Amino acid sequence: MTGSPQPSTRSNARVIAWCLAGVVGMFGFGFALVPLYEVFCDITGINGKTGGRYESSVPLERDESRIVEVQFLAQNGPDMPWVFKPVTRSIEVHPGEPTTVVFYAENPTAKAMVGQAVPSLAPAEGTLYFHKTECFCFNQQTLQAGETVQMPLVFIVDKALPEHIHKLTLSYTLYDQSVMGEVSRIKQAITTTNRNG
Amino acid sequence: MSAVIDTHAGEHHHGPAKGITRWLFTTNHKDIGTMYLVFSFAMFLFGGSMAMVIRAELFQPGLQIVDPEFFNQMTTMHGLIMVFGAVMPAFVGLANWMLPMMVGAPDMALPRMNNWSFWLLPCAFLILASTLFMSGGAPNFGWTFYAPLSTTYGPPSTTFFIFAVHIMGISSIMGAINVIATILNLRAPGMTLMKMPLFVWTWLITAFLLIAVMPVLAGVVTMMLMDINFGTSFFDASGGGDPVLFQHVFWFFGHPEVYIMILPAFGAVSHIIPAFSRKPLFGYASMVYAVGAIALLSFVVWAHHMFTVGIPIAGQLFFMYATMLIAVPTGVKVFNWVATMFRGALTFEAPMLFAVAFVILFTIGGFSGLMLAIAPADFQYHDTYFVVAHFHYVLVPGAIFGIFASAYFWLPKWTGHMYDETLAKTHFWLSFIGMNLAFFPMHFLGLAGMPRRIPDYALQFADFNMVSSIGAFMFGATQLLFLLIVVKCIRGGEQAPAKPWEGAEGLEWTLPSPPPYHSFQTPPEVK
Repeated sequence: MTGSPQPSTRSNARVIAWCLAGVVGMFGFGFALVPLYEVFCDITGINGKTGGRYESSVPLERDESRIVEVQFLAQNGPDMPWVFKPVTRSIEVHPGEPTTVVFYAENPTAKAMVGQAVPSLAPAEGTLYFHKTECFCFNQQTLQAGETVQMPLVFIVDKALPEHIHKLTLSYTLYDQSVMGEVSRIKQAITTTNRNG
Repeated sequence: MSAVIDTHAGEHHHGPAKGITRWLFTTNHKDIGTMYLVFSFAMFLFGGSMAMVIRAELFQPGLQIVDPEFFNQMTTMHGLIMVFGAVMPAFVGLANWMLPMMVGAPDMALPRMNNWSFWLLPCAFLILASTLFMSGGAPNFGWTFYAPLSTTYGPPSTTFFIFAVHIMGISSIMGAINVIATILNLRAPGMTLMKMPLFVWTWLITAFLLIAVMPVLAGVVTMMLMDINFGTSFFDASGGGDPVLFQHVFWFFGHPEVYIMILPAFGAVSHIIPAFSRKPLFGYASMVYAVGAIALLSFVVWAHHMFTVGIPIAGQLFFMYATMLIAVPTGVKVFNWVATMFRGALTFEAPMLFAVAFVILFTIGGFSGLMLAIAPADFQYHDTYFVVAHFHYVLVPGAIFGIFASAYFWLPKWTGHMYDETLAKTHFWLSFIGMNLAFFPMHFLGLAGMPRRIPDYALQFADFNMVSSIGAFMFGATQLLFLLIVVKCIRGGEQAPAKPWEGAEGLEWTLPSPPPYHSFQTPPEVK
């Protein structure tokens, strides 16, 4: 203890400050990974999540020489009682050609419910080349008790789809969002009331 | 007579306080180091007893001893307790004891924080252990707690688990800050960075790893907490989240974490092998750079744990090659240890036995790691017993044997007594045989397709599983012998000289055994 604790107290404070800055920074980095991951996946399409509404200024050319098979799957998330299935299970398309398929959904319960479909495309390599100009997955679906609905999906397979891909599988998982839908409806009602009042 | 009393009154603060308050309020690096080591050994036995439950259930095919549900809790808690409760605190304990003595300091740089960081640990593990008695049981989703198993499907006790992880994370971070401050600020005059003993070097790098990744672990469990309790959707696909994101964030922490558990052992072995070879360490500078390279590479290989979740081919190749690159600096270290022993005047006391076994068996674990790094092969090995064999080969003869080697090496210094060499050698051989008997057959089981984390298995795996269980019981029971040896050594035994090992080098051996309560009152001069 006869050493020189005085100067080291100051440098200790500096070390602590730097280390704490590192800790806070890395804690933040952990959370920053969430949007980074999102952006990375948007750019590369590696998680198979197809993008939002596709708008093209130039009409896409059809590639008559090539045929791509597109398969459709539908499944329910946990505790989702709806009947949910593709009307067309599989279809052969030419790249560049807008195609419409229909999914069927039915709410067999005795109460109104809200569903949200989340897409996933395999192989993930094809994600960036699968464009949707119209999709039921862009919005939440509200079905009254016993109501059925035919939900359209309009898609275009890009001509630039890598040569070795001959088949794309688009899978939708339908999640029960009734509680969340309720919350957002109430929120909306509150804001509307506030605005009006 | 009065003169004697006066001198003592003048020299206050030189001995420990008496009774329980000595341990509760201590700021002394040796007391805290001892508490860390005792705590980690207690956790080692606690987590080990869970391993015994697992091996008892797997002794024969079929379900006979525990429910599958409880089996899952055992595998989860065994992993969590061994990683966070046994291995990590043991290395912090060794750091507490040895760093001040190795760099020529009186104590750690931040003694009060040191006390706090230790006492958080029992709190964290009390919370974690209490989940075993909660309704719904303890965490049952594996030590990697993948979402949505741990979020949507986790038991109610998951929130307690998250809180425990937060507390132990804070404890580790404070321990790491303390280590960095001690090493950077309290080195004896003349001890430049490249003259630091290797244990000091490896701990410095480990501390930086801890500061870099423990906050990420805290972040990922915080996201879980919010998903479970506050309705966010970080990992919930229905809300726009992605469960795969969990694996990325977790393994960004998880891969450096495995180096946190092995680097200090590298350092300790780099002291022990030269001491019993009676030669200086071969390639000191390359050892330092190798550890640095391993630490840096550990940040860019995390996705090799996730080859099967669906990564584009370019990503698989990158993570595969980056992972294999780690074999280069690790190979440098192994060859340096062998070169140190080459033409040395070798003797095989217990620390050396454990150190040599460390080099050989850790290398086996490294090789199975290389096999797992090959992405196409990993599709076959993933989630089989081959993985279990691999990481037990790097953690048991790696981390645990490294800790035993260190304990025997420095026990005479700590206690002032020599330990019982015959018993220690018995401990080594029983551990060595038990460990290999337990884990080597797991390679074959895994290659034949036995999945991990399942309480039952197909009949053709029965023989190897029985061998494995017998080995595990042998290894487990042997550890009680270690307890006996340490207790015996603390209570008495042949008086240890300041330097009990002929070939040992370092400042710690210039202090008497046992060392004074405050290690270096005046800093030693390092030439």
